[in-house]
Amino acid sequence: MLATRPAARIDAKRRATVDPRKRQFAKAQYQEQDYNFRMNFYAIPPTGDISLEQFEEWGIARLKVLAELEACQFRNRSPEETAEYMRPILQKNLPLSANSSRSGSLAEERKRDHYSHWTLRLAFSATEDLRKRFARLETMLFRLRLAQDDGRERREFIESLNMDWETVGEEEKAMFGEELRAATGAWRAKGEEEGWFKVDWERVPELVEQRRVLLKKGKAYVHIREQTSMVVGEFSRQLEAGLELSARALPRMDEDNRLSPILHHLSKSFTAPDTAYSQDASSITDSTQVNAAMIDSVVKHFPLCMQNLHRELRKNSHLKHFGRLQYTLFLKGIGLDLNNCIEFWRRSFKLIDESKFNKEYLYNIRHAYGDVGGDANKRGRGYTPYSCQKLLTEALPSAGQSHGCPYRTFSPDNLIALLQATGVNDRELLKTVRETVGKQRYHIACNLVFETQHKADLKKVKEQNLWPASELDTILHPNTYFKRSFQLANLNKFQNGDIGIDGPSQEASQ
Amino acid sequence: MPHATTPGSSPPIEDTVMSEAPIADANDAANDTTGTVEDQEDDVSAVQPPAKTSLEDMFDDDDEEDGEFSSSAQTRTADSSQEAKPTSNSSSKATDPEVMRVFYQRLFPFRYLFQWLNHSPTPTTDFSNREFAFVLPNDAYIRYQSFVSADQLRKQCVQLTPTRFEIGPEYSTNPRDRKTLRKASAFRPVAKELVFDIDMTDYDEIRTCCSGASICQKCWTFITMAIKVVDAALREDFGFKHILWVYSGRRGAHAWISDKRARQMDDQKRKSIAGYLELLRGGDKGGKKVNVKRPLHPHLERSLNILNPHFQADVLIDQDPWAEPAKSERLLQLLGDKTLTAALQKKWDASPHRSSAQKWSDIDTLASAGSLSTLTPKTLVEVKQDIRLEYTYPRLDAEVSKKLNHLLKSPFVVHPGTGRVCVPIDVRRVEDFEPESVPTIQQLLKEIDAYEGDGREDEAGEKMQDWEKTSLKPYVEYFRTHVNTLMKDEMGAKRARAEEGESMDF
Ligand SMILES: [Zn+2]
Repeated sequence: MLATRPAARIDAKRRATVDPRKRQFAKAQYQEQDYNFRMNFYAIPPTGDISLEQFEEWGIARLKVLAELEACQFRNRSPEETAEYMRPILQKNLPLSANSSRSGSLAEERKRDHYSHWTLRLAFSATEDLRKRFARLETMLFRLRLAQDDGRERREFIESLNMDWETVGEEEKAMFGEELRAATGAWRAKGEEEGWFKVDWERVPELVEQRRVLLKKGKAYVHIREQTSMVVGEFSRQLEAGLELSARALPRMDEDNRLSPILHHLSKSFTAPDTAYSQDASSITDSTQVNAAMIDSVVKHFPLCMQNLHRELRKNSHLKHFGRLQYTLFLKGIGLDLNNCIEFWRRSFKLIDESKFNKEYLYNIRHAYGDVGGDANKRGRGYTPYSCQKLLTEALPSAGQSHGCPYRTFSPDNLIALLQATGVNDRELLKTVRETVGKQRYHIACNLVFETQHKADLKKVKEQNLWPASELDTILHPNTYFKRSFQLANLNKFQNGDIGIDGPSQEASQ
Repeated sequence: MPHATTPGSSPPIEDTVMSEAPIADANDAANDTTGTVEDQEDDVSAVQPPAKTSLEDMFDDDDEEDGEFSSSAQTRTADSSQEAKPTSNSSSKATDPEVMRVFYQRLFPFRYLFQWLNHSPTPTTDFSNREFAFVLPNDAYIRYQSFVSADQLRKQCVQLTPTRFEIGPEYSTNPRDRKTLRKASAFRPVAKELVFDIDMTDYDEIRTCCSGASICQKCWTFITMAIKVVDAALREDFGFKHILWVYSGRRGAHAWISDKRARQMDDQKRKSIAGYLELLRGGDKGGKKVNVKRPLHPHLERSLNILNPHFQADVLIDQDPWAEPAKSERLLQLLGDKTLTAALQKKWDASPHRSSAQKWSDIDTLASAGSLSTLTPKTLVEVKQDIRLEYTYPRLDAEVSKKLNHLLKSPFVVHPGTGRVCVPIDVRRVEDFEPESVPTIQQLLKEIDAYEGDGREDEAGEKMQDWEKTSLKPYVEYFRTHVNTLMKDEMGAKRARAEEGESMDF
């Protein structure tokens, strides 16, 4: 992620204060907060100073988590499946240890959790749609974490919320025992912790409506199993109210021109989380050097956006500027070196003579590789391959252009036709894709295609535990798509060590 | 013929001139948030030119059609209301404006109604921001009326002689000022009693004694059962104290819960109480109406205990709902077990005159006769509980309870069809309540005349209220007691709050 950025880009002088109330409450104390609990209602905005880089980096990490949660929801993963799927993603992006873990980084983790929540809260309070989506995903995250909380720590956390819950004592339990069990269905789950608390019935209208509580003179006796959903409900209510407030405070935030581009970028990223490109994340390996002649034989592993560009290129022997740029960077990402890339384009543009190619196209390719251009470009080794997020947010292609994500830029009928042309024929899948793009979940549609096309291999990978879980999460970058597809097709070779891959193949052979 | 008109003819026209044209009100969609599609449809049917000729018949459908909830007046046009205008020349009819004028002048307990809605003897916004809606003699419907005092309301009634009036919520501002507000959102309902409506219409599929608009003491028992069950739940489960049950004038009852906690509930909380009390689902053609988990929720357990004796006496004996073969089919359908129902069917075909009580006990006899039933004894008990509930459990018109801004007919108004006053029902003696003994407006006016004709007036002193001279007296006294308890509670709480100062935690 952003941690892989060149250190030179960090400017220590750029510091930000993440306190939206700063201007509202001039006397506010700026201090580090104590985080007694792992869970947080985020009622209080952070008041300490962090760098702009942390501000952005932590926000992006949280965004990644929320996007994955959303993907779980769209795929109807069960709570258990979601928990399992999210475990490595959370560990990587937003670890949050229990007090009992005695981890040395508790405070740092909790600070990061707290600040990143507030960063995103600001970024997503601008529109009603974003607020709803953010509140929904944050609530999911909260529920997931609460469920995983250590039993005792959860109890202590809930008690700390001061929610006016009175525990039903032994005397009342003895008095109303039968009624309590009949009303709350406690008899059903044997071995379940038996306990109740009471609140004013108005606090639990849904439970009252469903007759799932015992009522006595206006007090609702609620089984403790409902407590979690009540806490989650309360979290959700408070967050929604808080987002309304943030929305009103937002115009003031705009005054801070250091934060607004970051917030803007983050909210745009919500379309599909940004995944930065790094060489080791997407190129295959040293032993599988891609060259210009190989491209046609590996196109089948390309995501639809790149297959589309390749087809257009073959059909017209030409691609317009943005398509060329998108494809060049992708090829660079899969490990095609500059000379091979130039060769590839030279052969592809067969209707164009040498001098025109050299004059009009060569420079752009070299620039993309960082071979020419300013110091910054050279030092950064040119441009970064485009992520799904980038492709999903840029301007739509106009006539004659082919760049972008086809799931977004194609009409549903044309999209289905293109998928069929690339060998995707599963009718159920095509139907689901149609529905999913209808809901504008473009990258989800792409992932569904990937998963269905590689179903058997993915099953094998999971069953034999060949890959780390982080290699199985949602694809957010065209180069990741290629890498996984290619590796899945060569599972045997990797396992046999014919093609080296970092980590998993060695684990598997042990 | 002695006639109880007040000397001095009709009252002077005062400053209570109606400024609100009904049609304009009806079109004020921004403020009229109470009308639902169903309401509108009901109103459409309610204003169809009636084909019936007698006045009594014209009001037959009163309760279930426009009923007590004329909350949307959109479709009630001046033209169609003319159609509904009584053409009968019998001047003593309940809706006769002169009769109504006397009723409002001399009998209607405005003072207690004011206190009941105001929760204090001195005027507050609880009363002055409260919406009243009037149904005028020409059937025009006027909404968003409000008054600062009991006397002002009385004057308006005397002047307009509405056939009845309805009570809506207290609003954030005076309902009469709603159009002068710059923002529509500044005018919103803030409080109203929690209300319930129980109507005999919903019992038509299980009562055999009467149908349509008519009722008798036998089927009134269904309303009695419903009152007992709902009242118990409201008091014991929700802790409400100030519950007023009111006869709706023909064949149903309303409940008004005035506890502060109840008045302040939003729609979600109202809906959740309605859901808590609601049990029977599905229409006539549906399968089982009762689908509950076991063990029964304590509210249902208590309800069954209340209802069991009624089931034996009032349903099995009095209603005899499964006497006819066609009707006993429903019973077999509810039992569900094929072997058992076949055996029962055979038995009842052989002796077609078995009563419902006999048929009910046949179930146990045949079921215990060995392999005739695949139902376990426990399941059979549960199935029979479900059947008892289907034939006795309250059938509430839940929609009425769910909305803060619904209007409901005021207590003590006169039902235009029957002429009976919508009197409170003393819930402690709910079994003694006889709708047929509820005084009619004509009867009450005669009683005043008779009282004064006897020359008893002098003995009792001049201060005596007219209602004290009639059979309305016990009902007004009951209402007065109810209102006093409510005010005491409300003011006691206020005083306590004032004395405790800010230290008190709410
Ligand atoms: Zn009857």
